[in-house]
Amino acid sequence: MTLLGFARGPALKVAIAVFCLGVVWRIAAFALLRIRLDLSKPRASVFKSMAGGLLTVGSRSWPHREFIGRTGAGEALGYSYHLGLFAVVLLFTPHILFLGSLFGFSWPGLPSSLITVISVLTLTLFIAVLFRRLTNPVMKMLSNFDDYFSWFVTMSVMVTGIAATAHIGAPYETLLAVHILSVDILLMWFPFGKLMHAFYIFPSRAINGALLARKGATS
Amino acid sequence: MPPVNEELTVGEMLLKAGISRRAFIKFCTATASAMALPPWMGAAMAEQLRHARRPSVVYLSFQECTGCFESLTRSFAPTIESLIFNVVSLDYDDTLMAAAGDQAEAALSRAMRENFGKYVLVIDGSVPTGAGGAYCTSGGRSAVDTLREAAKGAAAIVCVGTCSAFGGIPFADPNPTGAWPVTAIVGDRPIINVSGCPPIPEVITGTLLQFVTTGKAPDLDEHLRPKAFFGNTIHDRCYRRPFYDEGKFAKSFDDEGARNGWCLYELGCKGPTTYNACATIKWNGGTSFPIESGHGCLGCSEPGFWDHGSFYAAQSGAGWGKAGASSPRRALELGVAAGATGAVLGVASAGVSRLRQHRSEQDAHDHDGHDFDRKDG
Repeated sequence: MTLLGFARGPALKVAIAVFCLGVVWRIAAFALLRIRLDLSKPRASVFKSMAGGLLTVGSRSWPHREFIGRTGAGEALGYSYHLGLFAVVLLFTPHILFLGSLFGFSWPGLPSSLITVISVLTLTLFIAVLFRRLTNPVMKMLSNFDDYFSWFVTMSVMVTGIAATAHIGAPYETLLAVHILSVDILLMWFPFGKLMHAFYIFPSRAINGALLARKGATS
Repeated sequence: MPPVNEELTVGEMLLKAGISRRAFIKFCTATASAMALPPWMGAAMAEQLRHARRPSVVYLSFQECTGCFESLTRSFAPTIESLIFNVVSLDYDDTLMAAAGDQAEAALSRAMRENFGKYVLVIDGSVPTGAGGAYCTSGGRSAVDTLREAAKGAAAIVCVGTCSAFGGIPFADPNPTGAWPVTAIVGDRPIINVSGCPPIPEVITGTLLQFVTTGKAPDLDEHLRPKAFFGNTIHDRCYRRPFYDEGKFAKSFDDEGARNGWCLYELGCKGPTTYNACATIKWNGGTSFPIESGHGCLGCSEPGFWDHGSFYAAQSGAGWGKAGASSPRRALELGVAAGATGAVLGVASAGVSRLRQHRSEQDAHDHDGHDFDRKDG
């Protein structure tokens, strides 16, 4: 079996299985945790609490007016590279074909040259994000292996993807195999690291918002 | 088929045939440039050939369809007749030779005996080893025995076609005849693989010509293929490549994209992972190549091309199973099975967590109770 055959055959199967198992495991374990009963009298109805939760999802996704000078740049950086990632992952034709082979449907993609530009920009932003994490004392203190490894596996996927598209450094099939292997590693790491924020971020904001709204607070 | 005028050198043969020195040098220069050899190699090849006696070539066909030989007969530069009448002495080839039976076998024995250690052995087809080699026999001997015997005296072995180079279609799963490529059976001779199903005729003749003129194997890649012909992917040299870069892909074989000549990547073209000279040398005297005719590359010059999934599944698709690429149903089955296992683990984790929480509260309650008793007491 060739490296490419292994990467997109058995390794991909295992990676998808681990990804699905891990994601469902962690979501189920999280959703079924017992929430301590709040015996205080609610300050808002159930409906208002839920609305408060949804509002929090929106308000926490945008810089607070008072802190925009301090947090705006970091949030802009975060949004930019996330958007870049979405564009590269979801709008590059070979990726669409790959996802189409798994899901059974496809959608229009962007020109490869435009995707290459977006990829390089996203890669630059990714390096900037690491620089910020290493130079900001608070972020540095809060960061652990999980943060750096999650950055590393995502970065590996991007670098190998650009190399495969541009045919840099090795034959195409080797680069493609390494790229798919890096995706396999990312998929297996995803449920067990901070990449899981993709599933947790909005529910956790909504729950926090709903609990605070129940207490009569806005967030 | 006894060698014709075997005492004459190639130069003498050409003069006798009325081919001028200038025309011969032009031919050698064209061959050298096709193989990406340095410019001086053309003249050196011509000089070497002029003074050389025609090297003996033994062409053995095993488990094959004769497509490779059909391809060889369509070589334009050099043509098969100029190759076998002027440059090499084709001492045995059961497709072309007039002799049959004992006479043919005698020609083979004579060529191997008289040119021991010097002849070029060309192998076409895979070598079946199942049932004691009974799936392919000639003259009462199995292909595997014939190969072993012929390989002993060969200066080099040129495997023509994917079957002899990598096993090809007979080697594909489930390989009912126990077929193997030549490299799996012969390990002590220089081997040059000219893969393809079939190979490009000029690649076969060019490789043979380079070996007989220089006496050395050309630079080879990791699959023992001449780098001059197999150094680039079809995709790298494809005239449709700009459309790939622009993200313009044909969605079916008869849509507007296909009519506009857009990239066939989505239709399963294996050009990005296939090393061959189809996009540069082309076929039928440089007329066209399969992609130019509107069909994607099948990847026929790569090992195991028959078992690499559907010819119509995109390269970037997941490759699950031999029947083809992954299907949404397979992915769904895998996802559901893994997700169900994850759900069970999640419920169990939450249960354990709740149990711990409950015990912790119970302990705290008991502790508070004792404190209360102590205070009370």
